[in-house]
Amino acid sequence: MGLDRRVFFKLLGATGITLAIGKETAAKPTSKSEIEFNGILYDSSRCAGCRTCEYECAAAHGLPEPKAEVEVIRKTDETCNTVVNTYQTSKGEVYMKRQCMHCNEPACVAACLTQAMHKDKTGPVTWNGDKCMGCRYCMVSCPFDSPKFEFHSANPKIQKCDMCFERQKAGEKPTCVTNCPNEALMFGKRRDLIKEARRRIYEKPDLYVDHIYGERDAGGTGWLYLASVPFEELGMNTQLQQSSYPALTKGFLYSVPTIFVLVPTLLAGIHQATKNNHPKVEEDEY
Amino acid sequence: MNTNYQIALDHDGKSIWKFLLSELKPKGKFFTPFNIISIPVMILGLALIVYRFIYGIGSITNLTQDTPWGLWIGFDVVTGVAFAGGAYVLTFMVYILNMQKYHSIVRVTVLNGFLAYVFYAGALLLDLGRPWHVVNPIIGNSFGVSSVLFLVAWHFLLYMIAQLIEFSPAIAEWLGARRAHKILSGMTIAAVIFGITLSTLHQSGLGALYLMAKDKIHPLWYSEFIPVMFFVSSIFAGLSMVIFEGSISHKVFFSQISEKHHKEQNYIIRGLSKICAGTMFAYFFLKLLVFIHEQHWDLLNTPMGYWYLLEMFGFVLLPMMLFFYSYRTNNISMVKIAAILTMLGVILNRLNVTVIGFRWDMAIRYIPSWMEFIVTLAVIFTEIWIFRWVINRMPVLRDSPSWVNEPK
Repeated sequence: MGLDRRVFFKLLGATGITLAIGKETAAKPTSKSEIEFNGILYDSSRCAGCRTCEYECAAAHGLPEPKAEVEVIRKTDETCNTVVNTYQTSKGEVYMKRQCMHCNEPACVAACLTQAMHKDKTGPVTWNGDKCMGCRYCMVSCPFDSPKFEFHSANPKIQKCDMCFERQKAGEKPTCVTNCPNEALMFGKRRDLIKEARRRIYEKPDLYVDHIYGERDAGGTGWLYLASVPFEELGMNTQLQQSSYPALTKGFLYSVPTIFVLVPTLLAGIHQATKNNHPKVEEDEY
Repeated sequence: MNTNYQIALDHDGKSIWKFLLSELKPKGKFFTPFNIISIPVMILGLALIVYRFIYGIGSITNLTQDTPWGLWIGFDVVTGVAFAGGAYVLTFMVYILNMQKYHSIVRVTVLNGFLAYVFYAGALLLDLGRPWHVVNPIIGNSFGVSSVLFLVAWHFLLYMIAQLIEFSPAIAEWLGARRAHKILSGMTIAAVIFGITLSTLHQSGLGALYLMAKDKIHPLWYSEFIPVMFFVSSIFAGLSMVIFEGSISHKVFFSQISEKHHKEQNYIIRGLSKICAGTMFAYFFLKLLVFIHEQHWDLLNTPMGYWYLLEMFGFVLLPMMLFFYSYRTNNISMVKIAAILTMLGVILNRLNVTVIGFRWDMAIRYIPSWMEFIVTLAVIFTEIWIFRWVINRMPVLRDSPSWVNEPK
C-alpha cells in the first residue's frame, strides 16, 4: 500500500478539519432542542361567548358563515373548525371554545400512513390533500375527534383547525387570537403560555380551578385551557391518559422487526427438521 | 426436445390466446338458484358503487364524524381477513410441519385466502375517500412508517403476492406450462415462510389499528392485548372457514373430487376440529386472563356485559366444547355446526370491537344502511363467482394432470 507523504498530509488535514467541525456540531443539538412549539392559551373566564372567533375563522378558511346558535351544544364539523358553546354550570353560564388541540405527539399524525397529517416543528398539525387517501384512520385515532371528513363529496377533504399555519409562517398570529375582543386567547410559545396560566391561577386562586387542561392531557397539547369550573362540566374529557396516544401502538410496531427476523428463521428450522420424515399415510387410516 | 422448452402446451392446436378466450365463457347451467340471487345483487351493488363515487361516501353509508369506520371496514376487511387466516394455518401445517394428510385441501384454501384478500382489500378501496392516492404509501413519496395501517397495507400487498406464488403451480397446470410449473413450485416454500410471517403480523395488526381508539371502544373489548387476541382467533376463524367452505365445495363440485379425496375429507375435518378446540381453549383462557387483569366485574351486569357474556360463552366456549366432543365421538355433522357457531362468534367479536362496541355510549348509534349491506353482499358474491370460475378450470379440487408427477 503506497501511502506517500502528500497523501498522508492530505489525510491529516482532513482529519483535523473533521475534528474541528465535529466540535462545533456537538454543540448544535442543545440549540435545536430550544425550538418550542407555538400554542394558544384560552381563558374561559375572559371569554364573553361572542363567537367572533367562529366568524373570523370561517372567513379566513373559506368556510360557510357559522349558523345561529340553535343547538345547545354544537360540535365542530366539516364546515366549521371551531365552536364556542355555552354551558350552565355551578358558577352560572361558562363559555367553552373547541377546535383541534394540536397535540405535542398527535395520534392523527402517527396514524396517517401517507404523512398527510403533519406536525410542524413550530407546533401546528396540518393536513396535506396531495398525500391523503381518505382512509379516516386519523379520525378513528384522535382522542378529541378533531379531524372531520366531507362525507358528501366526491373529492373529500379533512377539515380541522390548522392554527392558521399560513399566517404563522408570515409572522402573524392566528386569526381567532387577533380578533378576540376580550383577550381570552393568547398566542405564544407553549412554555411561556404555561407560565402565564400558572401566574393567573396563582394570582386569582378563587377564580380558576387548579388545572391547566392540555398541559399533560393526551401527552400535552398546543391549546391550553383555563376555566373557573372543573373541565368535566364544560364537556371536556378529563379521563384521557396523561401520556401520548402514539405510545399505545409503539409496543406493537417495535415487535415487527423482531418477528420479521425470528419467525422466518424458526419456520425454516422446523421445515428442515420435518422435511425428511415422510410418514407413510396408510390407506386404512381414513 | 423442443417441447421441453415450450412455455405452454398446445391446446388441441389452438394458440394460448384462443384457449384463454374459450375458457372465459361460463360453464354449466346458467339459471341456478345462486345465479338468480347473486346477479341482481351484484348489479345493484355496482350501481351503488358508481353512485358513491359521484356523490361521496355519505351518500350511501350511514357513517358520521364520530364513527368514521363502519361495516365496510369492520366486516369486509377486519372480519374477512380473519376468515382468510385458514391459508397461513394450513400452509404452516402442510409445508412447515409436514402434515401430509392435509395436503389435498391446501390449494383450495390458498385460493380462498388469495381471493379473500383481493376482494376485501378491494372493498377497502370503496371506503377510501381519495382512492387515487392509494399508491402513496407504496411508491415511497410518503412513508408513514409510524402508522399501523401503513404496516397492514404493505402486508396485504406482499401477502397477496406470496399467496399468488403459492397458488401459481395450479395456474401453470391449467395452462400446461411445464417449465413455469417447475420454477413456480420451487418457490413455494419461500413464499410459505414469508406468507406466514406476514400473516402473524397483519392479523394482529388489524387489532393494533384500534389501539389508539382507547377511549372509544367499550372497555370489555378494549385491552392492550387486542393484537394477540386477533391473531389467536384468526387461527380458528380460518380453520372454521376451511371446514365450512370444504363441506359446501364437496357438494357443489362433487364430480371434480377424486374418490380418494372424498374419503380423506372426514378424516381432515376431524383433525381440524381438534386443532380448533385447542386454539379456542387457549383463546378463551387468554380472554379470561385479560378480563381478570382489567377488573371490569361491575360492567358485566350491564346490557353490554350480557352481550360480552353471550359472545364468550355462546360463541367461544360452546363451539369449543362441540369441536372437542365431535372429535371424540367422530361426529362430522356436529363439527360443521361448531364451525358455523365459531364463524358467527368471530363475526360478533370483530364487530364488537369495530362497530358495536365502538362509540357504544353515543346517543345516536351508527347502524349500517341497507346499501352498505348490498355492497358487502355484492363483494362476497363476486368473489364466489371468481372462485367458481377458477375451480371449474384449474386443478384445485381435482387432481393435477398426470405430467406433474412424471419423472423428467
